[in-house]
Amino acid sequence: MRKRRETLKDTEQEVRVFRNRSLLAALVVVLMTGGLVARLVYLQVVQHDIYITRSDKNRVRVEPLPPTRGLLLDRNGMLLAENRPTYNLTIVPERVDDLEETLGLLVDILGLPEDQARVFKERSRQRQRPFQPALLMSELNEKQIAKLAINRYRLPGIEVEAQLLRYYPDTDIMSHVIGYVGRINAEELASLDKGDYAGTHFIGKTGVEKEYEAVLHGEAGLRKVETNARGRVLRELGRTDPEPGKDIVLTIDKRLQKLAYQLLDGRRGSIVAIEPATGEILAMVSSPGFDSNLFVTGISYKDYRGLQNDPDLPLYNRAIRGQYPPASTVKPYMALAGLENGVITPKETVYDPGYYKLPGFERRYHNWLRWGHGRVDMHRAIVVSNDTYFYNLAHDLGIDRLAEFMHRFGFGEETSADVYGAASGLMPSSEWKRERHGQVWFPGETLSVGIGQGYWLATPLQMATAMSVLANRGEWVTPHLAKRVDGETITPPKLKEDIELSNERWWNLIDSALEDVMTGSEGTARRSGQDLAYRMAGKSGTAQVFTLSNDERYNAAELEERLHDHALFTAFAPIENPQIALAVIIENAGGGSSHAAPLARQILDAWLLPDDERLDEAGAATEEHEIHETE
Amino acid sequence: MKPNESALLQASRGRAIKRRRSVWERIHIDPWLLGLLLVLLASGLVVLYSASGQRLAVVEGQVMRFGVALSAMVVLAQLSPITLYRWSLPLYLAGLAMLVAVEIMGDIGMGAQRWLVIPGVVRFQPSELMKLAMPMMVAAYLHRRPLPPGLKDILICAVILAVPVVLIAKQPDLGTSLLVASAAVFVLLMAGLSWRLIGCLAVLAAAALPLLWLNMHAYQRQRVLTFLNPESDPLGAGWNIIQSTTAIGSGGIGGKGWTQGTQSQLEFLPERHTDFIVAVLGEEFGLVGMLLILVLYLMIVMRGLIIANRAQDTYGRLVAGSITLTFFIYLFVNVGMVSGILPVVGVPLPLVSFGGTSSVTLLAGFGILMSIHSHRRLLPR
Repeated sequence: MRKRRETLKDTEQEVRVFRNRSLLAALVVVLMTGGLVARLVYLQVVQHDIYITRSDKNRVRVEPLPPTRGLLLDRNGMLLAENRPTYNLTIVPERVDDLEETLGLLVDILGLPEDQARVFKERSRQRQRPFQPALLMSELNEKQIAKLAINRYRLPGIEVEAQLLRYYPDTDIMSHVIGYVGRINAEELASLDKGDYAGTHFIGKTGVEKEYEAVLHGEAGLRKVETNARGRVLRELGRTDPEPGKDIVLTIDKRLQKLAYQLLDGRRGSIVAIEPATGEILAMVSSPGFDSNLFVTGISYKDYRGLQNDPDLPLYNRAIRGQYPPASTVKPYMALAGLENGVITPKETVYDPGYYKLPGFERRYHNWLRWGHGRVDMHRAIVVSNDTYFYNLAHDLGIDRLAEFMHRFGFGEETSADVYGAASGLMPSSEWKRERHGQVWFPGETLSVGIGQGYWLATPLQMATAMSVLANRGEWVTPHLAKRVDGETITPPKLKEDIELSNERWWNLIDSALEDVMTGSEGTARRSGQDLAYRMAGKSGTAQVFTLSNDERYNAAELEERLHDHALFTAFAPIENPQIALAVIIENAGGGSSHAAPLARQILDAWLLPDDERLDEAGAATEEHEIHETE
Repeated sequence: MKPNESALLQASRGRAIKRRRSVWERIHIDPWLLGLLLVLLASGLVVLYSASGQRLAVVEGQVMRFGVALSAMVVLAQLSPITLYRWSLPLYLAGLAMLVAVEIMGDIGMGAQRWLVIPGVVRFQPSELMKLAMPMMVAAYLHRRPLPPGLKDILICAVILAVPVVLIAKQPDLGTSLLVASAAVFVLLMAGLSWRLIGCLAVLAAAALPLLWLNMHAYQRQRVLTFLNPESDPLGAGWNIIQSTTAIGSGGIGGKGWTQGTQSQLEFLPERHTDFIVAVLGEEFGLVGMLLILVLYLMIVMRGLIIANRAQDTYGRLVAGSITLTFFIYLFVNVGMVSGILPVVGVPLPLVSFGGTSSVTLLAGFGILMSIHSHRRLLPR
């Protein structure tokens, strides 16, 4: 009975307990829901701002829109640097699960050498912001693009991106003037405006491309896009269009440039031609040239070594960095220095026995003509390029007055407006020697300088510039390369004062002497002055090569050739209305009057004679060359 | 026949004293519960359309499942509680057998062994069946015992609870095993388990926590660690929780608008139409939407508790109470995990998340509630 009672249920109590527990449960349910509500209020009201920012950061991405680089044209509108569409391989490392594996796969797919993966890895780090694509490889070919398309699913984070790539037609003849663009390196990256270069992979490295980087580059735009979690762009939320880089019309005439390059015919040398009235550089050639297109996408080690080890130094811009003794080409300026300083008069003569001796010294300083020119006045001294006359003149002038006067013609100074990397040459003075060498100036050294040798060094650009100033009768124009930027004509500021002589007539004397160099019976360049259809002023120069530089290897045949004199020639024409002034240098070619003068004559003929066909032939050859290139 | 059972029988046969039954009672449907559930299901479909990336096919699939689930509910509602009572043990044993079968030869899906496949016929999770069989079994056992349960009964119940829960946890499916366990615990609690025992068990449970930790899979531990500090691995394990809180938080009070949630539509939110669907709701409908849906759930829970209280026998009371509270636990765990106050366990938002099995089980549970409610013996006035 007792046992049975135990098992009996007390229904009423059970219902009561259940009701209590239900109430309690209801209470707990409400409290727990309250907890959830509190959490929701915290997230959605209290911290709403934080989370809305976070969700926007998730979805909104700002993409840079790189501007199109400005074109480079010659003075006649011929294309010198253009942008060609190519395909690039880019990577967004954030979207790649396993970088090593993906890069390995890429190298496999593209059929590249294995060590390329290392290069890719290096490049994948070169970028400015997270989630921004890094450039792995430029100029993919059709086959590679197709292979990448097939394997796309295996390569998240890898994109093939269309891009405009710089291209230089006729690169050899223009390579030094224009320079080239190349991949932005870490050092440049540090100094660049991050926003403006966010989408830009290339930057001007040398030449006009470097000098006018800011103009050519333009301003980057940007677009805000909405992306999904996998980074795919779904729509554009807003955009600021990029401001494209401005086109630059250069002062260079591509036909003249081409002709000059062809005349040098692969020899080491340089030709610089300037329009005296404006200072516009019509041609600026350094030979041999090189293919600057190689540098755009990153030159291979092998190619670079090839260029570096070429004994003709094709990468060396002789026109602006080659510093040569100006030799006898300085004689007209020397004569003017003598006149202006009252050291000589036009009619005063000097007897030349074939050498000059400093008073009280026995050492003989030889004239180039061993037996001497006899009695020479200023005019004849220039025409026959007599050294003795100018030894005497230099000695009387003294180095410091000489140097001061030559500075007025731009020697020893960098006087161009926009020629990137132009060297300043060297105009020695006693002060310079004291500072540089800690020695006093010896009078004998003045004699060498007097005939454009010794310490005196000048670049072809400086020689052509001095010739322009001479052609202008002392009026200074600043040599420059940019003619028009975005349609606006560039007039660079005058960097030096005009040269005003005490007697204006002296200009005429020099002009007539230089004309007789070409046409006089004794003129050194008379063979190049035959049948001139215009009045040409010219001055030859033959620069002695004294020493070998240390890093040149000994090679009997080559050594001999490299010991030859540099042939120089400077000229302008027509005398009464100068249209063109130029400087020609051919290294180790021998005498300037026989080797450099003919080139100067041909260039002047081509430029000045309306029925001369050489310019157009050079232009035609250019087009032919282009057609060949695209095949 | 045992005395309690005969009482039940009498109750169901007691047509001598009858009042006029309403239409709802005749078809054994509780209109309140049905109405609330339909509103919830409809709201769920609206959210699902957006959460699925506006794929109508997904919504259609869900509607089909709801059709099946509602049918199950209606069918179960027709069965009398006595039938359910009789089925309790066989159902429990069948469930147990299938859990063992899964353990031996189950299909592996999503990295866990949860599915039982009868080729060409059906593929289902026995653990789902356990969600109903468990409270039914415990209630059926306690139905014959005097309440509050004594120590011996509690121990027997503990065994009934432990075997399937351990099997499910081993699959591994921590979420479901916790839900199944809580279903049994709710039966005991509602049966009047003494507070002293509850205290003891709580202490015991706390003591068992390290044991649980040691038996966890690596990914389960990672989930807990991630819960404690989601920022420790923002792109890995912490991603889900960072993105879901961001979704909810960015919704604000009014929400971003239906199908306008950037977190959800742009796929930053993972598992957006299944376990994390409530984040879509929070993002697109804001706090207002969240409150409305919580109120809807609360009303369903309250209705369930009312039904449980009106039940006329121990079995009905305990089963109804347990099913209702388990339903709430579902909700709480899901919203808690998505909003970042509970670790991530695989519990869907009841009747809203995409997926068939759980809605069938849940609506079948509500069918049982309706059966209990609509088969009451009518008392004389």
